[in-house]
Amino acid sequence: MASIAATFLPMRTAAARERSEARTALLFALPAIVLIVLFIIVPIVAVVVLGFTDFQLGDQSLRFVAFENYAHLLRDRAFQKSLWNTATYTAIVAPVSIVLGLGVALLIESEGIGRSFFRTAYFLPVASLIVAMATVWQYLFHPTIGPINALLGEIGVRGPNWLGASATALYSLSIIGVWQSVGFNMVLFLAGLTAIPRELYAAAEVDGAKSSFDRFWLVTWPMLGPTTLFVTTISIINAVKVFDTVKALTDGGPNHASEVLLFTIYQEGFVYLRVGYASAMTTVFLAILVVLTFLQYRVQDRQVHYT
Amino acid sequence: MSALSLRGIAKSFGGNAILKGVDLDVQPGEFIALVGPSGCGRSTLLRILAGLDHADSGEIILGGSDVSGVAAADRNIAMVFQSYALYPHLTASENIAVPLAMRRLSRVQRLPFIGSLIPGQRAARAGIIRDVREMAVSLKIDHLLDRKPGQMSGGQRQRVALARAMVRRPAVFLMDEPLSNLDANLRVHARGEIVDLHRRAGVPTVYVTHDQAEALSMADRVAVMIGGQLLQLASPQTIYDDPAHVEVARFVGQPRINLLPALAENGTVAFGGIRLALEDDSIAGNNVTLGIRPEFVSLTQNRQDALAAHIERMEFLGSEVILYAKLDAIGETMVVKLAPAEVAGLSAGMPVALALAAEQAMVFAEDGRRLRAAPTTVDATREKAHG
Repeated sequence: MASIAATFLPMRTAAARERSEARTALLFALPAIVLIVLFIIVPIVAVVVLGFTDFQLGDQSLRFVAFENYAHLLRDRAFQKSLWNTATYTAIVAPVSIVLGLGVALLIESEGIGRSFFRTAYFLPVASLIVAMATVWQYLFHPTIGPINALLGEIGVRGPNWLGASATALYSLSIIGVWQSVGFNMVLFLAGLTAIPRELYAAAEVDGAKSSFDRFWLVTWPMLGPTTLFVTTISIINAVKVFDTVKALTDGGPNHASEVLLFTIYQEGFVYLRVGYASAMTTVFLAILVVLTFLQYRVQDRQVHYT
Repeated sequence: MSALSLRGIAKSFGGNAILKGVDLDVQPGEFIALVGPSGCGRSTLLRILAGLDHADSGEIILGGSDVSGVAAADRNIAMVFQSYALYPHLTASENIAVPLAMRRLSRVQRLPFIGSLIPGQRAARAGIIRDVREMAVSLKIDHLLDRKPGQMSGGQRQRVALARAMVRRPAVFLMDEPLSNLDANLRVHARGEIVDLHRRAGVPTVYVTHDQAEALSMADRVAVMIGGQLLQLASPQTIYDDPAHVEVARFVGQPRINLLPALAENGTVAFGGIRLALEDDSIAGNNVTLGIRPEFVSLTQNRQDALAAHIERMEFLGSEVILYAKLDAIGETMVVKLAPAEVAGLSAGMPVALALAAEQAMVFAEDGRRLRAAPTTVDATREKAHG
C-alpha cells in the first residue's frame, strides 16, 4: 500500500515517509515491547513498589511505609551477614572459575585426540541438576564416611566438618560453585579461542615470541578480551545468584554461616511471608547486579574492543 | 655464497605429497617471486622457510648454517602475511615495536610497570621507539603511529605490516601474497613500492604470489612451482620467452599460450593441416605439444601455409584485441593478440586465416619437457588429406 500511495503522491516529503517508516518499525517491535513490559518491567516495578509497603502474603490490605523497610535492612544483622557471605562467595567463585575455565580451555584447545571427551566431561556439571548433584557432594564432604576426609586421613590430616562447621561451610559451597561454573566458562573461552586468527600466532612466532607463554600474552589474552568481559560478567552474576546449593546442603546454616542474599530473600518472602520486606531486599539485590554490570562494561569495554 | 639455500625440501600431509624435493638458491639482495597455481605448495614452502612448519626432509641453509631445526623466533627471517596479521589491540607503533621488544628486552623487562624498574630497560625502550619512528618515516606512515589496525585502510595496514617485518633488519624477507587484499589500483601502485623498498633495503626477498603478472613485473628471478615441484627458476624474460616445461608456458603469460596437439616425425611437426620444419630431426613419431604465444599468431590473406579458422569472439582491451578463433581442422581454440586496426570489419562467426611465426613456436614432449628443437619455417607442403 505504501508504495502505491507513494506513486500516486510523488510530492510526499521525505519527512513524512520517514514517519511512516518509523510507525511500521514500531508495529514490528510491538510484540517484543509488550512482552518485555509485561514480564520484566512490570514485575520489577511491582517489587520496587512492594518494597515501600508492609505487605504480607495473605493480607487483605497493605500500608505504605516509605523507607521503613530499608531502614530496617540497615539494622538487620542477618541481612548484613548474608550480604557479606554473598560477597565472599562471589570473590572466591568468580575469579577461580574464570582462571580455571581459561586454563582448561587452553589445555583442551592444544589437545588433539581427547578434545571432545574433555569438553564433555568438564561441561557435565553445567548440564546436570545441581540439587541432585548436591547429594553427591554431601557424601564427598561427609566428615566421617566422605572420601575427601578419608583421603586427607591417609596423609595424616584430620579433615574438617566441611558443610557442618560454620568456619568451613561457605568455603565448601564455594568449591561446589567453582566445580559448577568452570565447565560453562570453559565452553565460552573455547569459543573465544577458536575465533582467534591462526595467522596472528604465526606472526607472533616470526616476531620472536619464542615460548607459548609469550604468545599467550601477545595474542591469546588480548584477543580473548571480549570473551573475558562476558565470562566475568556472567560469572559474577551467577555467583551473586547462588541459592540451590545453599538451600539443599546447609539451609543457610550453621548459625547463618552460609546464608546468602537470595536465601535470605527466600526466607523472608516464602517462609516468614513478609513480602514487603523481601521486596526491599530484592530491590537492593537488583541494584547491586545493575551496578556491577554497569561498572564492568564501563571499565573493561574500552580495553577489549579494538575497532 | 647464496643468502639462502633450500636443498631437497619435501613435505607431505597425510600421505599427500605437497612438496616433492624443492631446491632453491637465493642470492644476496635478490628478489625472487615464487609463483604457481593454488595448491602448488608455495605457501607451504614459505611456512617451512619461516619455521612455522617443518619439512619431512631436506635442509634450509641460512647464512651458511642449517636452520631446519631452528624455531621461527630464532631464524632472523621476517614475514609479511596475506592478512597482514597485525595485532588488533596494539597501535601501529606498538605493532612495529613487537619484533624489537621481543629481541632486545628480556621477559621481565617486557612486563608492564615492573619492567621499567629493571636496569637498562629505559635505554632499550628509547632505542626501540627511535627505530620504530625511523622505519615509519621511511615508509611514510609516521602519521599513523597512534592508530590501531581497525582504524586504518587496507593499504595503510599493509605498510604497517611491511614496517613490522623490516624494522629488525632480517636476513631474509618473506612475503605471502601481501597485495592480494588490496584493490586493483592500489595493488599496481604497491608493487612498485615494494620493489623500491627492496632495492633500498637490499634484503633478499622471497615473494609468494599466484599472480604471474605480479611475479614477472617485480622479481629478479621467478620460480615457477607446479604440483609441489619447482619447474623453472629464471629471469622473468626467460620464463616467458623460453619456458622449460609445458606447465610453465601454460601458467605464465596473459592471455594464455596456445598449446596444440601435434605429431613430430622426420624433422617436421604436423598439426591442424600444416607442417613446421624442425631444426633437428631426432624426434620422430612422437605425440608432442606445440606452443605458440598469442602475439606470434597473425591474420593473413595468404591461405597457403595458414590455418583456417572461424572467429568465436573478440575482446577489446584498448591497446589490443584478443581474438578467439576455432581451428577448422582440429576444433581447438586459438588465442590471437592483435592491434585494434587489424580486426576492423571482423566479427564473430567470420572465417579467418591464421599464420604462425614458426621460429617463435615451442615444442614440448609428451611428459611436458621442452624439446630443444625449435621449428624454423612453415613447411611449404601442405598435408593433402585434410585442410
